Amino acid sequence: MIRDINRKKVTKNAWRLTSSRNKTCLRIRVPGGHLDARHLDLMKHIAQQFGNGTVHLTTRQGFEIPGIDFNAMAQINELISEYIKETEQKIGVQIPTPREGYPSAGTRNISACIGNRVCPFANYDTTSMALEIEKTVYPNDFHVKLALTGCPNDCIKAHMQDIGIIGQALPELESQACIGCEACVKNCRKKVTNALTVVDHKVERDNRRCIGCGECVLVCPTQAWSRNPVKYFRLVIMGRTGKKNPRLAAPFAEWLTQDEVIAILKNLYPYIDRHIDRSLVKEHVGYIADRTGYKELRNWLLKGIKLNPRARIAKTMQWSGYEYGYDTDRWDCSQTIAESTGE
Amino acid sequence: MNRLLKNKECNSLLGGLSADYRFFAPVRRAGRGRLSDTDLITYDQISSVEEIVWDEKTLRSAKEIMFPITETLMRFDQKTISQPSVVDNRGIVIFCRSCDIHAVSRLDKIFLDNGTSPDPYYERLREKIHFVLMECADPFKSCFCVSMKTNIPEKFIAAVREVDGGLKVLSQRRTLVDKLSTIGSECEFELHYPKQNGTEVFPPQTLDMPSELYDHEMWDEYSGRCIACGRCNTSCPTCSCFSVHDVMYDKDSGQAGERRRVWAGCHIDGFTDMAGGMEFRKSSGARMRFKTFHKIYDYRKRFGENMCVGCGRCDDICPEYISFSNCINKVSEQPGTQGESL
Ligand code: SF4
Ligand code: SF4
Ligand code: SF4
Ligand code: SF4
Ligand code: SF4
Repeated sequence: MIRDINRKKVTKNAWRLTSSRNKTCLRIRVPGGHLDARHLDLMKHIAQQFGNGTVHLTTRQGFEIPGIDFNAMAQINELISEYIKETEQKIGVQIPTPREGYPSAGTRNISACIGNRVCPFANYDTTSMALEIEKTVYPNDFHVKLALTGCPNDCIKAHMQDIGIIGQALPELESQACIGCEACVKNCRKKVTNALTVVDHKVERDNRRCIGCGECVLVCPTQAWSRNPVKYFRLVIMGRTGKKNPRLAAPFAEWLTQDEVIAILKNLYPYIDRHIDRSLVKEHVGYIADRTGYKELRNWLLKGIKLNPRARIAKTMQWSGYEYGYDTDRWDCSQTIAESTGE
Repeated sequence: MNRLLKNKECNSLLGGLSADYRFFAPVRRAGRGRLSDTDLITYDQISSVEEIVWDEKTLRSAKEIMFPITETLMRFDQKTISQPSVVDNRGIVIFCRSCDIHAVSRLDKIFLDNGTSPDPYYERLREKIHFVLMECADPFKSCFCVSMKTNIPEKFIAAVREVDGGLKVLSQRRTLVDKLSTIGSECEFELHYPKQNGTEVFPPQTLDMPSELYDHEMWDEYSGRCIACGRCNTSCPTCSCFSVHDVMYDKDSGQAGERRRVWAGCHIDGFTDMAGGMEFRKSSGARMRFKTFHKIYDYRKRFGENMCVGCGRCDDICPEYISFSNCINKVSEQPGTQGESL
């Protein structure tokens, strides 16, 4: 058996190298993490006919179908072309030859929490916006992870992404409809940031503290609070896991409109193109940012964008996170633990 | 008289009357609903009949038009006290459903007939109000107007039915008949009202509440479930409680200010708080019991009909899925609640 495989071409085509040298694994994108159930038949068919009968659900909300022979790739690319047409071409993603499978795998599936199609806390339809973003950033070979979450609960873990998009609501008060019950005040104090107080039996907000979670709208018995129909977003940037310096993303901007978010995401790619270290197989954008510094990143991200008056951008950036190090002083060995617990 | 009016004809009728009347109806405020990408359906002033929402129930009832959520009762400074006058002196025409018109007659009893003299603030707005009945061809799922006997409409100056591109209008009012006879065209319009609802309720029949009901264990369950959010009160067209506050314009000098009344409700924290921190009905179950007895016993004993009109709003709105209609039925299953008829 001759195995002569163009590794780069295969992985760019969204096929994987696997722990078995004879087998590959198909990766399927599910932009926004929400799928018409009829497509599940396709996953099942490929897994049972070509794979080992199992399907893996990825953290990025795609499918991986393992145990497939390399020589079945072309046939399966053909099989999934309808799916690619339905889930990518149809929403406006430029894929000229869907019969050849996915054209790139660098920019990962755009994941999203379930959003307002199901979750009452959500401040927008995360899936629909994920589709907008998919068509803006995909296909692209740069390794970028993006995710959208409906509210600051951040169920999708937007804080672990290169850019995490968090829905914000701008609650507006119809003062005469406020009965001063303090439901919103107590709730914001206990669950959020304590942005509300009651003055003269009417509620008032400290705008510096309000993070736009929308909880006050949810709890008000008279609907005195309601959302401004404009949807706003907070962006957190350069979060990552990995073997060097894992860290949470830090707040970069808030009160952005959807158009501004999309423009910023578009700007990320020329920044990477300009600064990436091409001597590496791939360089993760967060490490590029560490090299260029925040100011340079910020300048590229905001290039040519006229921000709405409410928007705020971080002046400086401080990422948390830690280095794997050799500071052995930090670590107790099992013996010292046993001594200190008196065992 | 029955007339078919195109929307345009309706609107010029409204326009022509606008010097003397304001018109209110259920309208849609896009994106202003509790959840994102949902709309708030609420009563508001309209200038065209296309604004009227027919296929969804309003969150709050029409009562806020005659009983505003916040109302200034008087302004005072060191020397004088003045009562603010009504800003707009035009008459008020409200497009609403049968249950909501009945609900206003419940409020009338409380505000006009209950005390030694009528409540002047309510009275001066109420006097201006006329109802245009919106026909309920297809009641909403949670309505139980038939059970509460509020399905048969009363006290309306005209009734309307939505048809493609216009309204069918029926009126016996002389002044209206004269106006209507010059616009639109003759049509068939036999007013329908619901004879059956998706929700059926059997209110208690006896005049006096059996005393065992007071300590019944059914209320304990509500203590565990009700979160005292007050939505059932604020959405109810017959809840009439309010609290009164004085607000000073300048806190330091304390020389001038105003007295306001603001909606309150038996389920809402603080409603029964007294000076010194006493609270009469602490548990949510006790609050539910109070509301239930008031809506289907106490009020009836005094005024001869149930207070609840079966609009179903409290069932629609409760975040804990507590059903008041089912609560009424639970009460009615208890011994001593049936028999002697109203
Ligand atoms: S992040 Fe917010 S909107 Fe999304 S699923 Fe979690 S709670 Fe719901
Ligand atoms: S949106 Fe959230 S943070 Fe802002 S006031 Fe409302 S509950 Fe508080
Ligand atoms: S929950 Fe609504 S009614 Fe209660 S204090 Fe807040 S705004 Fe006012
Ligand atoms: S108690 Fe409920 S059903 Fe009865 S009138 Fe009030 S809101 Fe409507
Ligand atoms: S709406 Fe439901 S949870 Fe809220 S106070 Fe009423 S019964 Fe209790």
